[in-house]
Amino acid sequence: MLFKNHASNSMTKYIRNGTITLLLLIFALATLFPIYFMIISSLGDPVEAGAMNYSLFPSKISFASYKFFFDYSAYSLRWLFNSLIVAGTVTVSNVFFASMAGYAFSKIQFKGRAFLFTLLLIAMMIPYQVTQVPLYILIVNIFHIQNTYSALILPGLVSVYNIFLAKQFMGSIPKEIIESAKMEGCNQFQIYWRIILPLSKTVLAVMAILTFMENWNTFFWPFLVTNTMDMQTIQVGLKNFRFANTTYFAPMMAGATISALPMFVLFFSLQKYFLEGVTVGAVKG
Amino acid sequence: MMQATKTIKKRKVKGDAGWGYTFIAVALVIFALFTAYPVASAFIISFQEYKPLGSTFIGFDNYVETLSDSLFWKSIRTTIVYTILTVPVALFLSFAVAILILPLKKWMQTTFKAVFYLPAVASGVALSVVWLWIFDPMPSGILNKLIGTVGADNQNWLGSSSTAMLSLVLMAWLSSHGTSIIIYLAALLGIDNSYYEAADLDGATFLQKLRYIVVPCLKPTTLFLLVTGVIGSFQVFQNAFLMTGGGPDNATTMVGLLIFNNAFKYFEFGKAAAQSLILALLIAGVALVQFKFLGKEVEY
Repeated sequence: MLFKNHASNSMTKYIRNGTITLLLLIFALATLFPIYFMIISSLGDPVEAGAMNYSLFPSKISFASYKFFFDYSAYSLRWLFNSLIVAGTVTVSNVFFASMAGYAFSKIQFKGRAFLFTLLLIAMMIPYQVTQVPLYILIVNIFHIQNTYSALILPGLVSVYNIFLAKQFMGSIPKEIIESAKMEGCNQFQIYWRIILPLSKTVLAVMAILTFMENWNTFFWPFLVTNTMDMQTIQVGLKNFRFANTTYFAPMMAGATISALPMFVLFFSLQKYFLEGVTVGAVKG
Repeated sequence: MMQATKTIKKRKVKGDAGWGYTFIAVALVIFALFTAYPVASAFIISFQEYKPLGSTFIGFDNYVETLSDSLFWKSIRTTIVYTILTVPVALFLSFAVAILILPLKKWMQTTFKAVFYLPAVASGVALSVVWLWIFDPMPSGILNKLIGTVGADNQNWLGSSSTAMLSLVLMAWLSSHGTSIIIYLAALLGIDNSYYEAADLDGATFLQKLRYIVVPCLKPTTLFLLVTGVIGSFQVFQNAFLMTGGGPDNATTMVGLLIFNNAFKYFEFGKAAAQSLILALLIAGVALVQFKFLGKEVEY
């Protein structure tokens, strides 16, 4: 052990662990403070904040600011719906197509496999600033699909990172399983569908969650390719609400809470996969 | 008989290749259309003055203009300052926290991991809204109140060029360490106990164990976090865009934001493309240097 746990004196151990916990708690409080502040403040009244005093403890609980946020635009609810549609579609598509490609890259022999995979890896290192302008031109000036769901969804359908994740995981599935399935007369799709997918449940869950979160939270692309309120996602809507109502403190916090809450709920119910997702991509990078 | 199996094998491999191409088809089309084509296109656009109806080819003008633009160099400097202030500190904090979490009971480890990861789950826009109010320049603002208790003067956090960068850095310190803490902790748990036992026999102190066992064992992890952290930091855009808009007086205009402004505020697509390619080159260079100097003894 890095820490001495065989210390003869259990008193020292308690003091040590107590100090450690205290230090961590202080840091945890600093980390959690913005989120706490957001939720607490969202429960205040929707009045203009002149020289107001922020209170760190709620004196009353009111949902009027949430109503204010939803009343601001006829499309406030639609923003949530749009985010759900976009993130949901992209997630399903990634789980399906990225795992398929990952399986092919890890287990099926075909010409050009190594070359294509290297190409994908190199592309992963290119900063997004390089592609943003041509991608915008492609969507807006060539395909003319600005301000549509297609524009929001298409570029994200299969991410290289997810292919990489699937390939890494499926590479560790024993070859014998696949060989014996072939003997039984399974074709490759049956092998993928009946054997590989069930064996890869964990990595697929991680992939689904990370993809959904990323696309729910993404701001940049939807901000670029939408120009009417009815097509905006919740993140873009929140940003516009902020700029239009710079002094409405509590409603702004209500909006922020609304945009973050679905992810909090998802996080607390599927915490294990979230935390696993962090390490799964980092191991033996 | 031999020949028969050979042909079967051959046919199988051949058949499988078809499946291989089928399985990667969708991924490949999406990749070609939305990554490969844009990258190739970026090269072409960077040599043009872009107009929707027929661009004009202007050679290296965009590059020359960029490299002689003081604002571009300022944005590079700003980006480097931001990176130096955020990445190493965040790494050190994460390392320290991971070490502190290590001796705790399993359920406490999980709880702390979840707590520290929570800001990463919230959207950047939501966090920016909250931090905007924390940095409220009025004396009643949260941070001003806090520093007021120790007697410091009221600050115009995001609005003054002397504190705007510091404010963004502070925000980064407190909301972006969750991932690295978890990765560090996983690496710490992977260190074999026999190392510590051997060190204990030699009577090593806690600090010696840290110095001679933990730090070397975690070197690959540190390198990974450092390289990904620096790469991410060089591309940073969102917080500056949402919190300060790059101001005041371009004090927080990082390269990512400068490129965005050139592209979508001034619609100088050619210039933006050229700048993005210079940025890509810069990032590749920095990553290579890091691997070269720090990666010497790292085995993968």
